[in-house]
Amino acid sequence: MIGRINSIQTLGTVDGPGVRFVLFMQGCPLRCGYCHNPDTWDFAGGYEVSSEEILEKVLRYREYFGKDGGITVSGGEPTMQVDFVRELFALCKGEGIHTALDTSGCIWNEKIEKLLELTDLCLLDYKMCNPEDYEKYTRCKKESVDFFLGELQRRNIDTWLRQVIVKGINDSAESVRMLYDVADAHPCVKKVELLKFRKLCAPKYENLGIEFPFGNLPETKAEDISAIMSAIGKA
Amino acid sequence: MKFEQWNGFYGEEWQNEVNVRQFIQDNYTPYTGDASFLAGPTARTSALMDKLNLLFKQESDNGGLLDIDTETVSSLTSYGAGYLDKDNELIVGLQTDAPLRRGVNPFGGIRMARSACSAYGYELSDKIENEFQFRTTHNDGVFRVYTDEMKKARHIGVMTGLPDAYGRGRIIGDYRRVALYGIDFLIEQKKADKAKLGLGNMNTDTIRLAEELFQQIAFLGKTKEMAAIYGYDISAPAKNAREAIQWTYFAYLAAIKEQNGAAMSMGRVASFFDIYIQRDIDAGILDEVGAQELIDDFVMKLRMARHLRTPEYNDLFGGDPMWITESVGGMGVSGQTLVTKSSFRILNTLYNLGPAPEPNLTILWSEHLPEGFKKFCAKVSIDTDSIQYENDDLMRVSYGDDYGIACCVSAMKIGKQMQFFGARCNLPKLLLLALNGGYDNTSDMKIGPQIEPYGGDKLDYEAVKARFGIYLEWLCRLYVNTMNVIHFMHDKYAYEKIQMALHDTDVDRLMAFGVAGLSVIADSMSAIKYANVKPIRDENGYIVDFETEGDFPKYGNDDDRVDTIAKGILKDVIEELRKTPTYKNATHTLSALTITSNVVYGKKTGATPDGRKKGEPFAPGANPMHNREQNGALASLNTLTKMPYDCCRDGISNTFSIVPDALGNSDDARVDNLVNILDGYFKKHAHHINVNVLNKQKLIEAYENPDLYPNLTIRVSGYAVNFHKLSKEQQREVISRTFHESM
Repeated sequence: MIGRINSIQTLGTVDGPGVRFVLFMQGCPLRCGYCHNPDTWDFAGGYEVSSEEILEKVLRYREYFGKDGGITVSGGEPTMQVDFVRELFALCKGEGIHTALDTSGCIWNEKIEKLLELTDLCLLDYKMCNPEDYEKYTRCKKESVDFFLGELQRRNIDTWLRQVIVKGINDSAESVRMLYDVADAHPCVKKVELLKFRKLCAPKYENLGIEFPFGNLPETKAEDISAIMSAIGKA
Repeated sequence: MKFEQWNGFYGEEWQNEVNVRQFIQDNYTPYTGDASFLAGPTARTSALMDKLNLLFKQESDNGGLLDIDTETVSSLTSYGAGYLDKDNELIVGLQTDAPLRRGVNPFGGIRMARSACSAYGYELSDKIENEFQFRTTHNDGVFRVYTDEMKKARHIGVMTGLPDAYGRGRIIGDYRRVALYGIDFLIEQKKADKAKLGLGNMNTDTIRLAEELFQQIAFLGKTKEMAAIYGYDISAPAKNAREAIQWTYFAYLAAIKEQNGAAMSMGRVASFFDIYIQRDIDAGILDEVGAQELIDDFVMKLRMARHLRTPEYNDLFGGDPMWITESVGGMGVSGQTLVTKSSFRILNTLYNLGPAPEPNLTILWSEHLPEGFKKFCAKVSIDTDSIQYENDDLMRVSYGDDYGIACCVSAMKIGKQMQFFGARCNLPKLLLLALNGGYDNTSDMKIGPQIEPYGGDKLDYEAVKARFGIYLEWLCRLYVNTMNVIHFMHDKYAYEKIQMALHDTDVDRLMAFGVAGLSVIADSMSAIKYANVKPIRDENGYIVDFETEGDFPKYGNDDDRVDTIAKGILKDVIEELRKTPTYKNATHTLSALTITSNVVYGKKTGATPDGRKKGEPFAPGANPMHNREQNGALASLNTLTKMPYDCCRDGISNTFSIVPDALGNSDDARVDNLVNILDGYFKKHAHHINVNVLNKQKLIEAYENPDLYPNLTIRVSGYAVNFHKLSKEQQREVISRTFHESM
């Protein structure tokens, strides 16, 4: 099976547990204001590879995975190439490699149901807690991701809820508390990760000649995250 | 022989003959727990360290040197006792009579000593000048015999850093022997060995050995005298932990007073000390705080060791290093770990005394090391950037479980093997010589086989490879012969009397050759093979530059197409070297290690087909060229894992820098991930890694404002340096290297 990918990060340590091989798929239907990988948006970009080729590469790194690591398929939106990802996950599972799917949860179809059967961990990017903001800043509806989370819960698939915290947008105690409430309501959620909004990707926007929607907003610092955590009593 | 100092120790074998390994095996206590037992510095330790830091600051403010004793030739008994703080030191002994005052050691070469003095505004005394007027130094001897071709090859820099004007180093005395047996026992053993020689035939080899033994015995005696200057009698074994550390340190001190070798490594002492410490703790005469104090004090002494060097030397080996390498951890051949609580204690000095480049703490990594130790090592790396790792599972096969690392990556059985250090040859430069038919385009000189320069508008891989083969054959023969001259003369005029006294008389010898510019030549050959490389010629028809069109696989991306080329080159070099016999029948070994000389090597090398411009630095050691890695950190590590240790028994060095954020998003995750990375890297048979976990921005700030991070320590190439002791040029080169980030 052939897929279209953007790039490979052989040392992934921030997308799932342990040391991970991270595959960035090409193509995304969303347009999130803080997106770190605008170069993965265009469905015609990137380059083609076969799932076997990727497996062969993954196997070169399995010694580094330890007991927690494995493969993470990110993007782009991996569920837009669900056939490819499903075949890749099947190949990885065949080798006993832990599989993580990093998705917005905005897409749902029967093929994705099949993909979830092969998914050990879902990194669900729960982008905004407020439905209006969600739609405004991502061009997708929040109900899709809630539905996706429900499906994860129904199948009892380990899930990490992740949210990029942007100052003035979703950094209020109220918003973050809502995120934790969502987590609490779904026992499949094993972890909530608040990610810092960074602007290291600004040159990518420049190179692509695209405006960086959140380019004028300040970066989020580790201290900001700690402050929010204490504010909601999670520190 | 049975000493009362051995009461409480087990085993017989080591009591009748010198056998430190057996003593360790019979008596050490493996430790499989975590770091929570460790003690912080005492007030005494901190006060002493404050005093030392003040001296370091003065030394640094003074241009990198505090003082020189220009009147005295450094030797074991030529100085009175020196102290940092006599009443408060637990372990005593300085190289000269004052802390950080450097001694003069002209046995390697008087010119070097003279110019080192004058570089710092001192003048070598008439007394020493006069004395050495009538003495042959190692340097004199070498140049009496060097052929014109050897001198030329050295001059143009196709062989560089040869130990022909300074002490060769890379010899590890088994300093522990003095603590375990006392000097008198060791003298008796050597006398017996010498007497045995007379029973056989006296020929060149035996006569030379007999004279060497005479010198060894004399210097064991002098070591005793040296200790007596400090009020200690070391004729008998050490009776407690403090004495064991003191006796061992005296033996090491004797070595660095007598020799100014490039790398004066310590060996593997921590778990040896641990036996004495544990015995004292069990006897109730020492506690954890006291044990840590002893180790802290010992390490403080090592941080004070200095040699007098010239600025040219510092260009090659930046940062004023001594390579006091201490190998920590590892596994026994029995399968039990050699990690003890003292393995933790010696790493803990980086917290108690602050990060520092010396001693060069080297973790012998095995996948079977206890988890607690692995995690502590990773934490120390992340916090201090001061330690390096080498593959114990790989080395133990050849070197057993009582080997140490000399310098950066050179393994040898302690007290049983020694090395003839041979610096390195410049492979990219050799490629250019081959293309130009024996003409060097940076010095405008002709050398080596003289053939027509490469003709035509496109470099053909097979043709270039064949040409390179001709020049490699020529260089390897020349290289071995040059080394033979150097080491014959070093033995004759600057023999390491005390260090060799602390080896078995029947010692195994290694001759360590090296290559520089591995990634440059691999990428250059890859460009020739997979892209279009057009040579650009000067008016005389010599190639001075290249135009490379198209993409080509680059070393450091886990791409077998180019990694195989690099592998093949290493194999070709060692096979070619083996064709020429060595002095004293040493075994040929090879390393891919440059120290900081990759900057100087690059400076002396014209543009190369990989796109590297004339004069640009090489990557250090076996590192990929800067910023050519496109698939992330592990891909670059995978390339390194393919380099064959079988061909490179003297080590394959890799310096790895990563920003903290790319290692994980919490302290615990970073530790766990680093452990997994090291486990994976070494399981795949890699040999060595230096780990730096820091942001490039910090180095840039330190470069621009040296006062901001005065103690910033980083790993460079098999060793660590204080960033500020590097030249600005070396600093820039370090900053330009790849820092792995995750996006």
